[in-house]
Amino acid sequence: MALYATYRDVGQVTVVDFGGKITLGDGSALLRKTVRLLLDENRKKILINLADVDYIDSSGIGELVHAYTSVQNREGELKLLHLTRKVRDLLQITKLYTVFDVHTEEAAAVRSFR
Amino acid sequence: MAQEDKHLEVVLDTQVDSVNLAEEMCLRVAEAAGFDEEMCYRIGMSVREGVINAFHYGNQERPDKKIHLALDITSEKLVIHVMDEGKGFKLTDVPDPLAEENILSTSGRGIFLMRAFMDEFNVVSGRTGGAEIIMSKWLPGAVNAPTNGASGADGEKDPGKAH
Repeated sequence: MALYATYRDVGQVTVVDFGGKITLGDGSALLRKTVRLLLDENRKKILINLADVDYIDSSGIGELVHAYTSVQNREGELKLLHLTRKVRDLLQITKLYTVFDVHTEEAAAVRSFR
Repeated sequence: MAQEDKHLEVVLDTQVDSVNLAEEMCLRVAEAAGFDEEMCYRIGMSVREGVINAFHYGNQERPDKKIHLALDITSEKLVIHVMDEGKGFKLTDVPDPLAEENILSTSGRGIFLMRAFMDEFNVVSGRTGGAEIIMSKWLPGAVNAPTNGASGADGEKDPGKAH
């Protein structure tokens, strides 16, 4: 699956559609670059759609955590949408599933932002 | 008739591409050994994490150092060795990524994932002086495989035989 990250506005929330593998190298770098770009544009309500991410390694998990804390440090919110089974399982065994606010429906996820 | 043991060994450069290469190689071996899709995923992920560990922590991303990957297929299990040329480390010194103070750490989950995904896991001092990760997975239908489900994250997981 090709690596991509695009974003769109849904009300006050920026939805990032991410696809491919979030692993050491290009995937992790793209995630970091995208979140940094959004924060530079003062977009602090970020919903990352991971529906097309079927693989993530420890580097990718670390990058998700970095994104989460970076947004929090700017007094924003970062949430996750549409986890695939493998990504959900990894977040569960690393106990990060309860750290992230994870959603299964985009409209409800958007409404959940403060 | 007893299955003949097989041994495969490769020396990888210390670069990001080696992580993908090692994973792909081990996936092919695991598929050929009869592991199902889920087990192949776990084996591939573990090899990936082992090589990331060697690349980043062991060899400090230094291109003059190498990563040594070896696979042994016995009649009972697939044994994977990942050896770096760093200074080595002790498992007891690795922070617990599930501890409250480490949950939001951006690194330090590789060892945890390997332990979770493989049946046996250990780290010893390798012949190069660096760390040697040894991990194994029982083959499907292995006669002597534990019957209590050895794919969890808990318990002693020493694969025993060092490379």
